[in-house]
Amino acid sequence: MADTDDAPASASKQDPTAAGHGVADAKGDSVSGRAVTINKPAAEVYAYFRDFANLPSFMENVVSINVKDDRTSHWVVKAPAGRTVEWDAIVTEDQKDRLIAWTSADGADVPNSGRIEFADAGARGTVVTATILYDPPAGIVGKIVAKMFQREPAIQARRDLRRFKQLLETGEIATPAKNAQEFEEMGL
Amino acid sequence: MKALAWHGKHDVRIDNVPDPGIVNPRDCVIKVTSTAICGSDLHLYDGYIPTMKAGDVLGHEFMGEVVEVGAKSTLKKGQRVVVPFTIACGSCYHCGKHQYSACDNGLPADNQDIAQTLYGQPMSGLFGYSHMTGGYAGGQAEYVRVPFSDIGPIVIPDGVEDDKVLFLSDILPTGWQAAEYAEIEPGDTVAVWGCGPVGLFAVQSAFLMGAERVIAIDHFPRRLELAAKFGAETLNFEETAVYDALMTMTGGIGPDAVIDAVGLEAHGLFVDNIIDQIKASTFLGTDRTHAIRQAILACRKGGRVSMPAVYGGFVDKFPLGAFMEKGLTLKTGQTHVQHYLPGLLNAIMEGKIDTEFLISHRMPLTDAPKGYKMFHDQQNDVTKIVLKPGMSATAAA
Repeated sequence: MADTDDAPASASKQDPTAAGHGVADAKGDSVSGRAVTINKPAAEVYAYFRDFANLPSFMENVVSINVKDDRTSHWVVKAPAGRTVEWDAIVTEDQKDRLIAWTSADGADVPNSGRIEFADAGARGTVVTATILYDPPAGIVGKIVAKMFQREPAIQARRDLRRFKQLLETGEIATPAKNAQEFEEMGL
Repeated sequence: MKALAWHGKHDVRIDNVPDPGIVNPRDCVIKVTSTAICGSDLHLYDGYIPTMKAGDVLGHEFMGEVVEVGAKSTLKKGQRVVVPFTIACGSCYHCGKHQYSACDNGLPADNQDIAQTLYGQPMSGLFGYSHMTGGYAGGQAEYVRVPFSDIGPIVIPDGVEDDKVLFLSDILPTGWQAAEYAEIEPGDTVAVWGCGPVGLFAVQSAFLMGAERVIAIDHFPRRLELAAKFGAETLNFEETAVYDALMTMTGGIGPDAVIDAVGLEAHGLFVDNIIDQIKASTFLGTDRTHAIRQAILACRKGGRVSMPAVYGGFVDKFPLGAFMEKGLTLKTGQTHVQHYLPGLLNAIMEGKIDTEFLISHRMPLTDAPKGYKMFHDQQNDVTKIVLKPGMSATAAA
């Protein structure tokens, strides 16, 4: 993180992929950080996110999340060429209405960790800041996965956060689809 | 169903496309009874607006009858509604401030990238106006899916004809907002560049807001006649040096407020405009902008500049020095249509605002390609074309 100003790490010109960024037990060095303001109270925003089973409703790449217990969930995520990658995620930090952090358990196809902060923004609602790190594996599959996770995580995170905001603020996710059939073809 | 689809510069066609349906809970689907061709549709027709795809259905001024409703729509089947051209959610911070065209959520997440890159933040969605504004199918069609139908469309009382209220969708609130942004004080002189529909509604609105004099500027005699009908003094820029005329007419002061209702396709053989055309054709600059320059130069010191006209990209030779030195204020933006609908519907019902005067042509939807060509080629006589999907082709002939 730059020491000379107050800018967020994700805006750094020097080393935008520096690992860490406040993520405890950071796994991976491909970071995407992004903030969005959601016009809802922090308690509501936190509660929706804290139920990981909700995440596939706005995260385009996430096929399913099976919540095993309060700390552990199993993620199935789209990968190129019709593949999926999977991992168990363990909640490492959890402060009600303020913070959720997780890291993948050993044996993850793509080791990763994330940290979502929720800050009360008064009349404007809640500022949600997401920091997500991926550590793509070596090998051919790794290269494909790396391509997916390294090149586009910032775009993916940004779009997912917009969908999260839309869902909470409007109760639905905006789509140009003309009818249900076209929506099926387009996806989120 | 049949719909007017864009296929390229000066190439629009009636296509058969899949019928729309309910996708999200707040949606409704309307059967279009009237839809107009907007001056800004000509920007698409002329190929000035990026991110268009062949087959895109155009049209953002439309109204009709509700035929399907989603679980959370507040509308009922059979109601007649006018639909705002801006797609806004009604629940975000900006909608809360009635800045509907700045809605955070009207644009699909993936479509927000372009506007975010070009403008810094994404704006609301728009019907039938490129993928940068959402890729939503427009209203020059037999049916349209309308998102956020619980907060956007306004229900029209029985017995009020389409032609009286159709322009609530865009050009009337746009002209009204333009006059409001001019912050008119009683006794003011207001100059309006462009006597297209928006300019003509701005003329009417300016008088309603207390302007003592409105000076309307155009080069189409028919349009100047319409402005004069509403009490404006007129200037034909092909015959008159506009700046000199304005200065003399205002005793050397300049108009208190100026309104640019022309936009990115300013006509006229001015030196800077010709340079702009060369630059536009060589991709050195995208917007042709004589009107706004002249408006800034003519505006009185400390005056207000209102710019409802559509600009998309970058301009150069913007008179920033004159703007700063004279201490002008500029207000602009896409129209916050939803904010103005109830008040303007009342104004129409009470006869304070005349809307039907504008319509020069009515034709069936299937004649839309002909309508685009007419509107494009004959701007003196064609002030507004309204397409009626229910009108049979033979009846219009």
